[in-house]
Amino acid sequence: MSILVTPDTKVLIQGITGSFGARHAKLSLDYGTKVVAGVTPGKGGQLFEGQVPIFDTVEQAVRETGATVSAVFVPPPFAADAILEGVEAGLDLVVTITEGIPVIDMMRVKHAMKGSKTRLIGPNCPGLVTPGTGEKSHGGCRIGIAPGYIHKKGNVGVVSRSGTLTYEAVWQLTTRGYGQSTCVGIGGDPINGTSHLDVLKMFNEDPETEAIIMIGEIGGTAEEEAAAWAAQHCKKPIAGFIAGATAPEGRRMGHAGAIVSGGQGTAESKIAAFRAAGIEVAETPSDMADALIRRMKRS
Amino acid sequence: MNIHEFQARELFAEFGVATQPGRVANTPSEAESVASGLSGGKLVVKAQIHAGGRGKGTFKNGFKGGVHLCDSPAEAKDLASKMIGQVLVTHQTGPEGKEVGKVFVGEAVDIARELYFAILIDRATSAPVVIASTEGGVDIETVAEKTPEKILRLPVNPFLGIMPYQTRLIAASLGLTGPLMNQASRLFTNLYNLFIARDCSMVEVNPLVVTQDGRLMALDAKFNFDDNALYRQPGIVAMRDVTEEDPREVEASKHSLNYIGLDGNIACLVNGAGLAMATMDIIQHAGGSPANFLDVGGGASKEQVASAFRIILADPLVKGILVNIFGGIMDCDVIAHGIVEAAKETGLSIPLVVRLEGNNVEAGKKTLDASGLKLESGENILDAAKKIVAAVKAAA
Repeated sequence: MSILVTPDTKVLIQGITGSFGARHAKLSLDYGTKVVAGVTPGKGGQLFEGQVPIFDTVEQAVRETGATVSAVFVPPPFAADAILEGVEAGLDLVVTITEGIPVIDMMRVKHAMKGSKTRLIGPNCPGLVTPGTGEKSHGGCRIGIAPGYIHKKGNVGVVSRSGTLTYEAVWQLTTRGYGQSTCVGIGGDPINGTSHLDVLKMFNEDPETEAIIMIGEIGGTAEEEAAAWAAQHCKKPIAGFIAGATAPEGRRMGHAGAIVSGGQGTAESKIAAFRAAGIEVAETPSDMADALIRRMKRS
Repeated sequence: MNIHEFQARELFAEFGVATQPGRVANTPSEAESVASGLSGGKLVVKAQIHAGGRGKGTFKNGFKGGVHLCDSPAEAKDLASKMIGQVLVTHQTGPEGKEVGKVFVGEAVDIARELYFAILIDRATSAPVVIASTEGGVDIETVAEKTPEKILRLPVNPFLGIMPYQTRLIAASLGLTGPLMNQASRLFTNLYNLFIARDCSMVEVNPLVVTQDGRLMALDAKFNFDDNALYRQPGIVAMRDVTEEDPREVEASKHSLNYIGLDGNIACLVNGAGLAMATMDIIQHAGGSPANFLDVGGGASKEQVASAFRIILADPLVKGILVNIFGGIMDCDVIAHGIVEAAKETGLSIPLVVRLEGNNVEAGKKTLDASGLKLESGENILDAAKKIVAAVKAAA
């Protein structure tokens, strides 16, 4: 098994007719992902790429196609509404790719979701990939914007706040012959749906995942919390990397959540927490897969 | 985004948050007329720059202090003439200082007590949190470290907003009783409404003061706004003062590039924020010093790469460039053409190391090799960082 999604997961895409959503919907179809529906209000009844039915509402799309997971590509002013529409329709998982959603909107979304069965991943994230068994991992479940071909089916779980650093780690693993169970980008915003710790717990429970790469960056204390939990409960080898050691305090480094403020959220503190938890720390981003291999050989 | 003190006071006035009477002045004679319109008591004249430490700063003309008290409109005019158009250096401006364009002229208040009050978004609970302390007028981080028991943290339910009982609870913890409790409730509620209505990520009132005549008011404030929400806050966007920002960053923002200037000499151009941070780190790891953070975004175009090169090369500190691209979906050959074009167009004369990986990377490398440009390729990020650090040292 993988976590969160399998190659059989039925996916719908909110914002499928926008240029960004359309481009990645097409790439997911090419990868072999079961994209069963699109949602664009006012365009219900049309077909995407001549094969994927478009609906006006998520509720209709779910009822007609049995989709359980959605990818949100809706622009920032409308994204909070789109997420909650997916929650209301009873989806298992809403993956929000949209970058630039106001933090007060996300605060309300998180509180409105309390008690619902839906899990949110993101926003401002690359999404997730469970690789398939075909050539260049074809036939897997690709939700979001990650390049599919860099993956390989296998037993390493990857969780990260950053898109391109995830791709680096995945590519390093694949070129060294280590495949992945599932790769999850949780996003770079200060308020997100799923934390490092949430994903770590799922990897720990997943029999297919044998080792984990956890990639973090400056800002907040989510990496420290995940490391503290891992020290107590995670039996699987973990390697970690933290970006932003040279970032000046008080400046947002691209990601809205990547900011050191009031002495909190430093790379130093996160790296120390990783080390204290027995997580093998990659010294540089070139060293992520090798750090995991070192750690696996030790255990 | 940050704003000036006088702009913060304008927001206070709009939302009914009590503050000292006064107004901004652009010229010494305007300062005199603002002062004449006040109550006739003691006055305060404050230089308007974003940086802190104004009171203890020194002007380059030798005049000491960016905050002064005085007794008459004529004196206010004289003080303003020594500040406006002059460069103020504080511990936060760096040695180059900041030119003062405006002063705030207000009624001076006799302070009985200095308190601290702030609202920010707490990441852990995904909710606004109020922070209050009896220790105002000092650095709150020091208070938090040395006497954490003097700091009250109170979460607010985002759907309910701040409740009246919560404002009374905060007031009581600050020792604000009797008529001051009602003033405090009003001030805290109005400030919370301002925080939400204007998409703030932080409002810090330090100090919040009780005057000798029993009034509660916000004496100084620092605002941070959520950049993601600026599209729906035209009034806040209008308060932006680009002269307070790094000119390199202002230029980059015109090209939708995510750029932050640093003080090293190796520039980097990267796709993705996490990878861009990691690239800065690895330059330092290899013994160099990064000149900037620059994320050209996941789908960087040829034009964006070209404008990124121009911004990097306009910085006289830059002695070498490291390009680090993981082309997942983006075609590495397109990026390679963008780099070649930009390098040729800008007449690049400093060392350039390029590390490309991903989609169509072989074609990209061929394009770079065939370009006739003097550049090195990095096998991986670490190799690329070592090469650029060595090249910059060799050229020095």
